[in-house]
Amino acid sequence: MSLIQEADYGTPASKAEKQVKLTVDGKPVSVPEGTSIMRASMEAGIEIPKLCATDMLDSFGSCRVCLVEIEGRNGTPASCTTPVGDGMVVHTKSDRLDAIRKGVMELYVSDHPSGFGEKAGTGASEFDHVISLVGLAENRYGVEGRNHVGADNGDGVAPGNGSLTIDYMVKDESNPYFTYDPSQCIVCSRCVRACADVQGTFALTVEGRGFESRIVASMNENFVDSECVSCGACVQACPTDALREKSVLEKGMPDRSVVTTCAYCGVGCNFKAEMKGDDVVRMMPYKAGKANHGHSCVKGRFAYGYASHPDRILAPMVREKITDPWREATWEEALARAASEFKRIQTKYGRGSIGGITSSRCTDEETYLVQKMVRQGFGNNNVDTCARVCHSPTGYGLNTTLGTSAGTQDFDSVEACDVMLLIGANPTDAHPVFASRMKKRLREGAKIIVIDPRRTDLVRTPHVEAAYHLPIKPGTNVAILTGLAHVVVTEKLYDEAYIRDYCDRDAFDDWAEFVSDPLYSPEETAKVCGLDDPEMIRQAARLYATGGNAAIYYGLGVTEHSQGSTAVMGLANLAMATGNLGKNGVGVNPLRGQNNVQGSCDMGSFPHEFPGYRHIAIDSVRKIYEDLWGVTLDKEPGLRIPNMLDAAVDGTFKGIYIQGEDILQSDPDTKHVAAGLAAMECVVVHDLFLNETARYAHVFLPGSTFLEKDGTFINAERRINLVRKAIEPRARYADWEATQELARAIGLDWNYTHPSEIMDEIAATTPTFAGVTFDLLEREGSIQWPCNEKAPLGTPVMHIDGILRGKGNFVRTEYVATDEKVGPRFPLLLTTGRILTQYNVGAQTRRTGNSVWHEEDRLEIHPHDAEDRGIRDGDWVRLASRTGATTLRALITDRVATGVVYTTFHHPETQANVVTTEFTDWATSCPEYKVTAVQASPSNGPSEWQIEYEELSRQTRHRVNVEAAE
Amino acid sequence: MSPEKLIYQANQIARFFHSKPHAEGVAGVAEHINKFWEPRIRRQFFELIDAGGKGFDEFVLEAAPAIRRPQADAA
Ligand code: SF4
Ligand code: SF4
Ligand code: FES
Repeated sequence: MSLIQEADYGTPASKAEKQVKLTVDGKPVSVPEGTSIMRASMEAGIEIPKLCATDMLDSFGSCRVCLVEIEGRNGTPASCTTPVGDGMVVHTKSDRLDAIRKGVMELYVSDHPSGFGEKAGTGASEFDHVISLVGLAENRYGVEGRNHVGADNGDGVAPGNGSLTIDYMVKDESNPYFTYDPSQCIVCSRCVRACADVQGTFALTVEGRGFESRIVASMNENFVDSECVSCGACVQACPTDALREKSVLEKGMPDRSVVTTCAYCGVGCNFKAEMKGDDVVRMMPYKAGKANHGHSCVKGRFAYGYASHPDRILAPMVREKITDPWREATWEEALARAASEFKRIQTKYGRGSIGGITSSRCTDEETYLVQKMVRQGFGNNNVDTCARVCHSPTGYGLNTTLGTSAGTQDFDSVEACDVMLLIGANPTDAHPVFASRMKKRLREGAKIIVIDPRRTDLVRTPHVEAAYHLPIKPGTNVAILTGLAHVVVTEKLYDEAYIRDYCDRDAFDDWAEFVSDPLYSPEETAKVCGLDDPEMIRQAARLYATGGNAAIYYGLGVTEHSQGSTAVMGLANLAMATGNLGKNGVGVNPLRGQNNVQGSCDMGSFPHEFPGYRHIAIDSVRKIYEDLWGVTLDKEPGLRIPNMLDAAVDGTFKGIYIQGEDILQSDPDTKHVAAGLAAMECVVVHDLFLNETARYAHVFLPGSTFLEKDGTFINAERRINLVRKAIEPRARYADWEATQELARAIGLDWNYTHPSEIMDEIAATTPTFAGVTFDLLEREGSIQWPCNEKAPLGTPVMHIDGILRGKGNFVRTEYVATDEKVGPRFPLLLTTGRILTQYNVGAQTRRTGNSVWHEEDRLEIHPHDAEDRGIRDGDWVRLASRTGATTLRALITDRVATGVVYTTFHHPETQANVVTTEFTDWATSCPEYKVTAVQASPSNGPSEWQIEYEELSRQTRHRVNVEAAE
Repeated sequence: MSPEKLIYQANQIARFFHSKPHAEGVAGVAEHINKFWEPRIRRQFFELIDAGGKGFDEFVLEAAPAIRRPQADAA
C-alpha cells in the first residue's frame, strides 16, 4: 500500500456550466469558465509551483511563484488569480519565469531555517517541494540580514508575551497536537484563510506589516489559550513546516495510507489514515470525502491516540462474581463461558431471559450480526441499541408524518438553504464539520433561527449572528413548535399548492384547526416557554415560512424529552405546511450523535423491527429471514434497554451481551441501571476499555477500533461510508469476528469471511439497501440509501416529487408538560449536552490529548442563580435531584438563562446521570436527559454516591495477571 | 417494573392519542402497545387490568380488549 496523494489543483473547482478551451504548454484543455489557469494546467497534468494557493481556499495571489506567460499579454500574471479565457495560449516554463521564481524562492530561503542549513521541519513540506521544483540551488543573499530565524537577539519572544517588532519568536508548542514555529512561516496566510473560510473560527490574523507581519492566534496568545478549536485546517493548509503535526515531527513522514471513516460523530468524515508500518502518523481529511470535503474537527483528526492507549484491554477476561478479580483467559475459554452461561440461563429462566445490545460505534455489519445472533440464536427479539437514548423519536416521528424515518437531505444541501431553523442542537460542538458548512452559508447571507435554552455558539460567533434566538425553558419544544405553527396557519403563510399536491388534506385541516386555537398564540406560547417577547415567535415563524428555502436542523435537545416523538412530528408538520421538502436547501435534518447511530438503527437494532425498519410481526418480512436463517422467528416485540433492566430487577432477565456500549454511564438513572446489571447472572461486555458497565460483567471480550476492521458506517445524511482496515486487530478479532465466534459457540453455523459478505446478506434482505455492495462503495466512495433499482446510485434528497408515505400526514402536537417539575426543593432545570473536544461518555477522548481542553465536567449556572446560592466561579457545587446527587465545579456564565443549569457528561467521576430521572419519551422510551429539576448548593466534597461508587470501583475493577489457566 | 411505572407509561401513550378523535385514539393506544410492548409487560398490564385497572387512563381501559394477551409460553 502506498501513500495516497490527492492532487492539489491550487484553486477550488468552478461550478460554471460553460466550458472554455485553452492550451497550456501546447496541451489543449477544456475547463469550466471561471477556472484559474493554475487549476486548468494541473488538470492538463502540468504542475505550476505555488505557495499561497491551495484548492481548499480561494486564491490570494501573494507569493508570486506561480507566474505564467500568456501569448498576446504583457507581463507575467499569477496563474492562481488569473481565470482562463477561450483560446488562451499559456506557457508555464521559460527562462524568464525560471529566473523570477528562483528569485522569489531565494528570498524566502534567505529567511528560513533551511537557508541556514538547519533541519527545522520535515524536509518534505510543500515549501521544500517548490524549492526543488524551481531548481533553486544557491542563496546569494546569505543569511546575515535581518531575519526571523536566528535567536541571537536574546531568547526570543513567546507568543502572547511580547512585542511583535522583535524578529524572532520562539515556537509555540502549547497545542497538544501541533506546533507553530514562526521562523518557518512565510506569511502566505493560508492558515488564516483556512481558519476563516473552511473552519469559520477566525482565530488567526496577520499582525504587523511587511517584514514585521506575523501570524498570531487570537490576541497574540498561545494556540491553546486562544479561540482556536484545534480543527487542524491551518496545519493542513500550511505549505511550510511552520504549522506541523507533532506526530509527524516525532515519527517522520508517513509512507502508506488507507482511506477510512471517522469513528466519532454522525458527520462521518472520510480520512486518510497515514501510517508508518503499524503506527498511525496522522489522520488526514480526505478531500474526496463527500461528507467533509477535506475538513475535519479535532476529534477525528487528532484524537486517535486511544487506539494505542495502555488502558486498552487486549485479552479476554472472565470471573465468577463481579467482586472477584478479573482473570485473563483465552478467547476459546471466554467464548465458551459466555455461551454455556447463556444456554444455562435460557434453560432455567426461559427463552426471553437473555438479550443483546448493539453499538452505534460499531459497523453496520457488526450491528447486523448482533441482532441476527439475538433473533436467530437466542430466539427472541431482545435486542436494543443506545440509539434508544438519542434518536429513536426521530424514527417514530418522521415515520408517522412522512412515511420513513430517514433524514431528508444531504449535507451539501445546506449550500442552497436561505433560512436555518436550529433547535436542540449545538453543531459547533457536536457536529463541528457540518457547523463549519453552516457558518459558511450564513456568512454568504443565509439566516438562522436558534431555539435552545442556552446561548450556543451559532447564536453569536465571528461573522454569524442569529436572526432570532428563542431561549425556551427546557422541556417546552412542543409548545414552541405548535406556537410557530399557529403563526404559519393563522397568518396563512402555508404553501397551499404543496399541501394540495402532496399532503393529506383532511389531516392538514384537522391540524390547522388545532394549531389555530388561541391557546397556541405567540402570547400564550411565550408564557409556557418562558420567553419575554411573543413578537419574536411571530417574526421567527414568518422568516421560516417566507424566507426562501428553509431547513430544520435538530439534535438530541429535541429527542431526549418525554415528548421527543411529538416534537419531531411538530418539525415535520412545519416543513410540510411550508412546502420545505423534496428539494435542495430544505428538509428536516436530524443531526445524529454518534458515528453510526443511523446505521445501527437501519440494521434492525430495535426490539420490534428487522433491518430497514420492518416490524417483526409482518409475516412476509419474517419469512425472508426464516427462509435464510432456517429458524422460526419470534413475532412478539422484545425488551427495550430500560425494560431489560426492569425485567432484570424483577428476576426474569438474567444475561446480556453488550457490544461497544457503556450503558451504565450513558443511560439515565445510573442507580437503576446498576441495580439491573447487578441482578444479572451473566453480563458479557465487549469493549475497548474496562468501561463503567464492565464493573458488573462476568466475561470481558476485547474490542477493536475502527482502524482494525473493515465495514461501513452510516452518517447523519444516510451516507454509507467505507471503514477500511489500517492495521490488524490488536486483540486478534475485529468485533464482527468476535460476535461470529460467540454465535458459533452457541451453535450457529456462521461462516462470514469478510464484512462485504454480511453487506451482501443485508442487501439481499433489505429493500432500501438492495443495491449496496462493497464494490459499489469502492467505486462511488459512498452511497446514500435508499439504494436500489429505482436509485442505483443512492438518494441524496428524499421526498422529491411527493412524500414517501403517499400523502404527508399532519399530526396534532399537544404540549404536555413533563412531570419533571421544578418546586421549592428543586427550583432549577438541568439540561445536559456535550462539548467539542470530548465525545459522548468520553471513553476515547479522555484517553487523548484532548483532555487539555476539558479536564472535568462543569456546571454552567447564571450569575444571579449563583449569587443567590453563594456559589463562586470554580467552587464545588452539590447538584441534587429527586433521583440522586453529584458534585462538580461551577462555571458562572450568562449563556444559560436564570433558572437553568447545564452540564456535560463526559467524565465518569461526575456521573451527571446519577441525577437525571427515569422519565422517558412516551412513544419510544427515549430517556428525558434534557430536563431534570435540581438544586445546586455549595459543597466541599464528593457526594455519597460518588464515594460509594469509588469504593465499588475499587472492588470490581481489579485484575490479576495470571496466565490463562486451563 | 413497578405497577406505578407501567400505568404511568400507558397513560403517557394515551395522553398523546387524546388529541385524536375518540375511536381513532383508542385504536392508536392498542396498536402502539401491541407493536412495542414485550409480552412480559403486557402480561403485567393485564394483571393490573384484571385487578380492576385502577389508575389507567380511560383510553387505555377502552383499548385493553384490543390489546393482545400474551400466550402462556411467550418469553
Ligand atoms: S486549528 Fe483550526 S481553529 Fe485552530 S487556528 Fe488552525 S484553523 Fe483555526
Ligand atoms: S468527529 Fe465528526 S466532525 Fe469530527 S472528524 Fe469525526 S466525523 Fe468529522
Ligand atoms: S500561488 Fe499564486 S501567487 Fe501564490
